[in-house]
Formats: sequence, structure tokens, C-alpha cells
Amino acid sequence: MTYLLKRLIIAAVTLVLASMVVFAVMEILPGDPARLMLGFNASTDQVELLRNQMGLNAPLVLRYLHWAGGLLSLDFGRSYTYSVPVIDLVRERVVVSLPLALIALALSTAIAIPVGLFSASRQGRAGDTLAMGAAQLGVAVPNFWFALMLIYLFAVWLRLVPAGGFPGWSAGIWPAVKSLLLPAVALALPQAAILARVARSALIEVLNEDYIRTARAKGLPYRAVLWRHALRNAMIPVLTILGLQFAFLLAGTIIIENVFYLPGLGRLVFQAITQRDLIVVESVVMLLVAAVIAVNLLVDFSYAVVDPRLRGRQ
Amino acid sequence: MTLRADLPEETLAGVLAKAFGNRSFLIGFVITLLVAAIALLSFVWTPHDVTKLVIADKTQAPSPAHWFGTDHFGRDILSMIMVGARNSIAVALVAVGIGMGIGVPLGAFAAARGGIADEALMRVNDLVFAFPALLSAIMITAIFGPGAVNAIIAIGIFNIPVFARVARAGALAIWPREFILAARAAGKGMTEITVEHILPNIATLLLVQGTIQFALGILAEAGLSYVGLGAQPPMPSWGRMLFDAQTRMVTAPWMAIFPGMAIVITVLGLNLLGDGIADILDPKSRRQR
Amino acid sequence: MSLLEIENLSLSIGDTHILKEIELAIAPGEVVGLVGESGSGKSMTALTVMRLLPHLARASGRITFDGIDILGATEDQMCTLRGDDIGMVFQEPMTALNPVKTIGEQVAEGIRWHTKAGRAEAEDRARKILDRVGLPEAKFPLSRYPHELSGGQRQRVVIAIACALKPKLLIADEPTTALDVVLQAQILDLLRDLVSEVRMGLLLISHDLAVVTEMADRLTILRRGEVTEAGDTARTLSEQLHSYTRELALASMHVPARPKTHLAGSAKPLLEVEGVSRDYPGRRRSLFRPAEPIRAVDDVSLTVEPAQSVALVGRSGCGKSTLARMILALDKPTAGAIRFRGETITGKAEPELKPARRDMQVVFQDPYGSFDPRQKVEKLVAEPLHLLEQRPARAERRDMVAHALDEVGLGPRDMDKYPHEFSGGQRQRLSIARAIITRPKLVVADEPVSALDVSIRAQILDLFAELNQKLGIAYLFITHDLTVARAMSDEVLVMHEGRIVERGRTADVLDNPRSEAARALVAAAPDLRRAIARRMQEQG
Repeated sequence: MTYLLKRLIIAAVTLVLASMVVFAVMEILPGDPARLMLGFNASTDQVELLRNQMGLNAPLVLRYLHWAGGLLSLDFGRSYTYSVPVIDLVRERVVVSLPLALIALALSTAIAIPVGLFSASRQGRAGDTLAMGAAQLGVAVPNFWFALMLIYLFAVWLRLVPAGGFPGWSAGIWPAVKSLLLPAVALALPQAAILARVARSALIEVLNEDYIRTARAKGLPYRAVLWRHALRNAMIPVLTILGLQFAFLLAGTIIIENVFYLPGLGRLVFQAITQRDLIVVESVVMLLVAAVIAVNLLVDFSYAVVDPRLRGRQ
Repeated sequence: MTLRADLPEETLAGVLAKAFGNRSFLIGFVITLLVAAIALLSFVWTPHDVTKLVIADKTQAPSPAHWFGTDHFGRDILSMIMVGARNSIAVALVAVGIGMGIGVPLGAFAAARGGIADEALMRVNDLVFAFPALLSAIMITAIFGPGAVNAIIAIGIFNIPVFARVARAGALAIWPREFILAARAAGKGMTEITVEHILPNIATLLLVQGTIQFALGILAEAGLSYVGLGAQPPMPSWGRMLFDAQTRMVTAPWMAIFPGMAIVITVLGLNLLGDGIADILDPKSRRQR
Repeated sequence: MSLLEIENLSLSIGDTHILKEIELAIAPGEVVGLVGESGSGKSMTALTVMRLLPHLARASGRITFDGIDILGATEDQMCTLRGDDIGMVFQEPMTALNPVKTIGEQVAEGIRWHTKAGRAEAEDRARKILDRVGLPEAKFPLSRYPHELSGGQRQRVVIAIACALKPKLLIADEPTTALDVVLQAQILDLLRDLVSEVRMGLLLISHDLAVVTEMADRLTILRRGEVTEAGDTARTLSEQLHSYTRELALASMHVPARPKTHLAGSAKPLLEVEGVSRDYPGRRRSLFRPAEPIRAVDDVSLTVEPAQSVALVGRSGCGKSTLARMILALDKPTAGAIRFRGETITGKAEPELKPARRDMQVVFQDPYGSFDPRQKVEKLVAEPLHLLEQRPARAERRDMVAHALDEVGLGPRDMDKYPHEFSGGQRQRLSIARAIITRPKLVVADEPVSALDVSIRAQILDLFAELNQKLGIAYLFITHDLTVARAMSDEVLVMHEGRIVERGRTADVLDNPRSEAARALVAAAPDLRRAIARRMQEQG
């Protein structure tokens, strides 16, 4: 129990610190945010009004508490350019970004683990060399360039899928998923290449452990040893990388959305940057940071599921 | 990527002999050297001048005059790739330098001191890990506006905890060894032991991580430039070239293909180099062959 | 009719020849010892019988087990043999069990695999065999994980796995080497009982001649992959036809010459330890309650006089290494004081410790771990010179290193080599050279010979004895090996659960132990002379 509790507390502390960092960064912005938002033609009264609206005249600590309290109740403030609550914008966009990230994560895991198992069990043979060669190449491919190539191949040349855009979930599940497919593949394959390499080396490392020999001496065939003893032990490094990859996937989602013109959080944040809609930038960054922390907590918890030594029963 | 901290006990000549017998290392080394040479060459010579816009030559397909074709301003893609290599290498290299320069001392210190110093470092690490380079870049850009320096800072910041972790884990594996106890019994202090025993023994570990982060830095820089958070025009950069190519995929696919290949080959070379170094110097991976 | 018959077995891995024309046979119910020093091919012989060799290994010759041609068998045939008719126990119990599976799952797994029994039945049988190996249900339910057990308990689980299906042959590869002597005696008793219960053959592999002599009916001695001698245990050891057997036996019983012994109370003490305790933070049960500290060393007092050799003996985990570290000022006591040459060293800052460190050096157990692989011998051996008031110039430093190397039987040319260019025994000589280069008054040696083969061990003990006689260096020997204590010390301290429970002249304590802990140690310690005598009686 103490392990889980400790991880939970650490995640909470990290989240609070991260919110302070985000808040502080927005604080040290050169110039007056209200002035920045309104542009230099605005009158002093207008700026003062906005300052009051944004609570910019309150003391620093109070402003932070107010902002953080708002976050907890999903009140991120109002977008200046859209004149709607930021949460509404986020809600609209997250239904694109989150499914995309999840499909990509599932795809990458579904490809990487079997390839890792295959390679580890045929270590040094032709199949392994080929698979790891492909993985080596996959790691080197930037996902957005891969996305461009996929568009060229499947949308421009073969005309199998749309080159971009998102019909919305109201258009039906399949059309929506179909338009997320290519971006998901573009995101997943480079990640899968990394994960497959990690899975392979984790498996090989585990296969050299003494307890594998014990299992073999019991009379279990190699394949049974691989599945029953090696896989679960090799999951620990794989989970670590999976957690790290989620952060990369989120970042990747932001970029890929721009390639495929998907109306997700990524598009939102880039538009907000060009329009200097700082509340939106701040909110989206905070949201993504929270997602990364939450996923890492999930990874910590799954360690405990895999490894009884962390469950702290004695 | 897990590497064992206790490194084999080799002489330089032995290592070199093995290095040139290792395929990964050899290929990676040659590619990396080639890319570096091309970047250097671009300072003195490129097939065409990348600062001159020749609208008459715009979006031409590859030809003997322009091996990789031209872009929408009529600039030679090959020349731009050559000049762009400078930017990629510079950003990734400085970012690795920032990561190593700050991360390694922090990690080594945390491992040596343990206790609260160690715990504090790990918590700060957790914090920085919560901000992927892209998010840092977004925030930095939101403050200072876009620019190549943003990319360096954002990637560099993300590299710090990576190196701190590797250095700490490596050092923690060395500290309980008996030769460290012997050094302490010989009256050596924390700093002397770290400099004389710990750092030399984790150097290869850091070298391998360095090539990995270098490769990741090139990928990250390309991504940031691609979304407009990195190098700004007219400075040629691989990511920016891909951004320009995006809307012209149908009419001028070469604008996307060649800069992308440049990224793939460079990153592949660095990764092979890192794998090769790890192979040569890590006894565990050698046993697996 | 033999159960296992190895004929003319040769083995190579790549271009390296590991085994050459090995001959060995085991009858049902017979215990055969396979003895040899490290690298002699003992374990490889066992793995060949199990067909668990590395990929590149090539074996030739013939191995017949119960009528089956092992080298010609298919992998499927081997899988039905392994764990069912042939069980195997390995050296390192701490890593031999899968950390993420319960001991019940791991014992029942083989049973289910071979007998096709259902889960409930297999668990039932697993329960029985665990009871049999001394892990009763009340304290060791099937749901325990390996990390909840000690090394000795884990080795019992491994034995349970190997013996669950009452195999015809059990192969035990150094089954007690990682355990202390008391646990070793318990595990050996268990193996002996299991052998007689189910009349299985036992191939006992060990580097320890005394252990094998106590256990085996016959023995085979291996050297560099070849059998040098084989036969009945008593006859082989009493006649010692082959010079190598004689060498091994003599080295095992070697006592270095130390004409000048030191009587306690004849001089002012060099080292005084007074009421020293050391607590470690325990495992936290709850986030809100402070953890109960674990007391590793509990109110220990002792003295060492100049030129005296004192042995500190005890079971593993009794706190002897912790005590050694505190004496060396590498760890701080929770309570108590340590005085060296009359000056208190506890609580002093590092710079003030320099004079004390100069006169007090250390030799560690692991000849491989005690040198920085990145530095040359000259720098490594010279490291303590850092403690001198005046650092020697480079030429002078080389002279001092050369002199120290000479004293431990190495040459000045060794100075420019790296540690990996030396063998284990030579490295231990380097370790000693480093310890004596500042001419210390006291050397603390933590299990300095327990990682070495017997023949090398005898040489290193001789070196220790010689330096004690010649330079008058006092020793504090930390060891679990009573043979070493007997050979090397004037006085013995017996440590048990953090406390010193007995002290006195070496011969007095080891011949007539009074405390229970000391008696247990002495009773469990394998003794070659005693074992041979007993074998002679049994085998005539």
C-alpha cells in the first residue's frame, strides 16, 4: 500500500508544481497580458476592464489560487478570441485528439509486443535481424514526414482515404475513425519501432536470468518459458517506455493534427499562439501536462500489478 | 534502453579493433561523419546559392542541374538540405550539451549525496518529464515569439532530466562497489571519488545516451521547425522545408521526399553509432550475440 | 546397472574446449561428488546432462540416462525428462526463482506440466513437498512470493521444485556455496534424507572437498575439463594417487606458518571498540508511522592489540561486515565509540581522519570488484598514498608501488597493467599491496579468501601470515570460514545477531565452544580431516 500511496502523493505534488510552473511562465510574460491581447490600439479603460475581468489586479498568490481552483472545477476561464469558456473549446477538440492518441497507442503496442517476442525468440537469426533492421529504420523516421508520405501514397496516389479533415463523430463512427486511421498509423509506427526494440532487449535480458534456467529444468519447453516466465518480467521496462511514449504521442498528436487538418487540441493551441490567446495556450498546456502525469501514475500502478515486490505485503 | 554500468575492462587498442569489426558502429560512424562533412562543406560551397530566389526555376522536378529539384521559390533543394544540416546539428548538439552539462553533474551529485538531495532531484526530474519538449517550446514561443533558440532551449531542458537519470543510475551502480569503499578507506572524498572513479566508469554510458539524445534532438528540431516553433525563414531547416512541401504534395512531392530522407539517414546513422558503441562496450550485449 | 552413465564426453563452445573425455557413472541411490576448482567444467558437465547448454555448444561422446541416449534425444524427449526424472538445484538461490510468481505456482507448475494434474491436485502435492523440505504451511503458505523468503528458504523451494516428482536423478550444482555454514549443513542434511527416501541418485557438484567428502560415496575430480582421478571417496582421498588430488586436499587443510603468536593482554590496545551499535531504518509499514529501526550491530566491544591477529566469525547477516565498516570509519555508529591508537575516530570529519586511515587499511572479498577497471595498477596501488602528509613525487611513488608489489610477490612490471590482466589470486595480492603501501598498523580483511579457489587461497593465507610476522601488522579477519579463523588468528570473536557472544584464544573457542551460536557454527563447519576419518570407517 505504501508504494501506491507514495506514488499518488508524488503525482499530486508534481501536478501542483507543474501548475505553478505554467502559471509562473504566463506571469513572467513580457508586458501586460491584457494589453497583449487587446493590441496596442486599445484604450487604457478597455485594458483596465480586461485586467479586472481576468483578475490581474489581485495579488500573485490569490491569482494562482483562483486559477488553480478554477482548474479543479474545470473552469479554465474564457478564450479571448472565441469569447467562449475555454472548457467548451477543449471539450470540442478533445474528442478528436484523445481517440487519435489512444488508437495510436493501441496500434503501436499491438505491433510492438508481438514483434519483440518474435525477435527475442529468434535472437540472431534472419527473422530477428530483419525485424530489428526495420525497427532501426522506423525509429529514425519523423512521424510528420511519414504522415506526408502516407498521404502521398494512400490519399493522393491510391485515393483510398481522405487526405485530411475530420467529418465529426456525428457523421458516424466509421467515417470518423477512417479519417483518424492514417494519422494514427503515422503516429504509431515510429513509436512501435522503439517499443519493439525495448521489448526485445527486455525479453533477452530476462531470458538470461537464473529463474529461466530453473523453469527450463522443470521440463517446460522454451515457448512455455517465454510466455509464462519471461513475458511478465519483461513487462516492467516495456511499461516504463509505454508511459514515456504517451508524452511523445501527445506531442506527436499536436503536430500530426496539423498535417491532416484535424480539429484537435493541437490545431487549437497553434491558432491560439498566433492569435496570442494566452488563456487557451495555458489551459491546453496544463491539460496535456496533467495527462502525462496521470499516465505516469497509471504506469506506476501497473508496476505494482506486475511486480509483487512493490505491493509491499509482508 | 538499459545499459549495465559496470563496463568491461579493455584497452584502447582492443576497443578500436572491435569497433571496426562492428557493423552497426562502422555504418553509423561513416554516416555521421558524412553528414558532419556535408554540413561543414556547406559553409564554403553549395551547388546553388540558397539565399537567391529564382522564381523562374520554381518547383522543378529533379534534373542534372538540380539533383533533388527546386522549391516554390526556385531554390535548389540539395543546397538547402546541405545548409539545413548545419541548423539541425547545431540545435541538437547544443541541446545535448545543455542536457549533459547540467544533467550529469546533478545526477552524479544526487547519487553521491543520496537522501534529500537525491529525492529532490528525482522530483524535479518528474516535473520536467511532465513537459514534453513540444510543450516547453509552445510555452517559450508564447513568451518570446518563435525562433531557433527556442528549439535549443526546449530540447535542452528536456535533455537535462534524461542525462541526470542516466548519470544517477550509472553512479548508483558504481557507488556500492568495493573499489569505491577502498578509495574511501584511502581518504578520498565525495568529489574526488566522483571525478576519479565514478565519471570515468559511466562515461561510455553517457556517450551512448548522448548519441541517442542527439538523434532525438534532430527529430525534435525538425518537428518544432515544421510547426513553426523552431528555425525561422529564410534560414533553411529540414523541418521548415517539409512544412513548405506539405501543401504541394501533389505537384512537387520531391520537396517532401528529400529533406525527409536527410532526416532519416542522419538519425539512422546516429542510432547505429550509439548501438555500435553500446555493443562494443557493454559485455552483456556481447554475450547475447 | 548405472542410472546415469557419461562416456567419453567432450564439449566445446565455439573454438574453446570445455570438457575432454569425461567418464562418470551414478547408480540409483548413490551420491557422486564432482569436485574441481573454478573453470574446471563441473557446471558444464551438469548442464550437458540436462541439455541446457548455450546455443553454440557442441557435445560428443555418450550420455545414457535410464536407457535413454541423452545427446541423441529430441528437445521434446528432454522436456519430459527434465523436472520429472532429472531434477536440478542451482547455486544462487536468490535469483533462481521467478520474482513475480508465488512459490506455490512455481512448485505446482512442474507437477501440472508432467502429470497433467488439475490445479487443486497439483497445489496439494506442492504443499506436501514444501512441507517435506521444511517449509510448513503455517509460516510458508503457497501464496508467498520469493522476495518474502531468505536465501536458505529459497533454496528449499528450489529443492522442492526439483524433487516434487521424485526424480531418479538429482543434480545439485554448488547448492550451498551461497549459504552460510549453518544453512549449508541443514541443506546438505535435507539432500541426504531425500536421497535415501526415494533412492535417487545425486550428482553433487562442489568446489569444497570437505562438503563432498561428507556427502559422497564416490567422487570424481575434474581439472581443466578433464577427470584427473575418480573412485571411492575414502580410498581416493586417503591414497591420493594423483598429485592434483593431494594438492587439493593439502590446500584445503593448509595452515600457514606463524611462529610468533600473540597473547592477548601483552600490550596496549591498538583498536578499541566500546559499546558500538548500528541501527538501519527498517521497512516502512505505513506512511504515517515511523519505521522500526533494525539493529545490525548491538552494543559490541572489542580490542585488537598491535601485531595481534583477531578473527571475527559468524553467520551471514550477523553484522560482522557492518562492524568492519564502522571500524574503518566508512559508516557511523548509532551509539558507542571507536578508538584507534588511543584516539577517538567516531564522529570525526574526513580531514581529521587522515592519520588514522594511514595506519588502518582494508582488503575486501571480491578480487574483481575491488579495483577500478579504468585505472592502471600503479594508480590503484598508490591510492592510499593520498593519505601521507607529504605526497610523494612521481618517481618516488613508483618506487613505493614497486616495493609494495614486491612484498606481495608481484613484479615492478605489473605496475603498468590493468586489473583485468590479473587472475583472481593475483588481484587479491594487488589488494594487499594497496593495503600495506602506507605501512599500516592494522589491516581489516573482510572475507579476503572466500572468493578464491583452495590452492590460491592457501597462497594468500601464507602471504597474510608472512606480512604479519615480518611487518607486525595486526589483522582483523572477518570470516564465516572457521578453517581460515583457525589458520590465521590468535583470538576469535564469535558474533551472532549483532552481538559478540563468545571470545577467547582461537583453539579454545573452536575446540570447546561454549555459547550456543559458536557450537552451532563449529558443528556445521565442514572439516576435511574429520570427514575423511568418518569415510574411512564407513568404507573400510
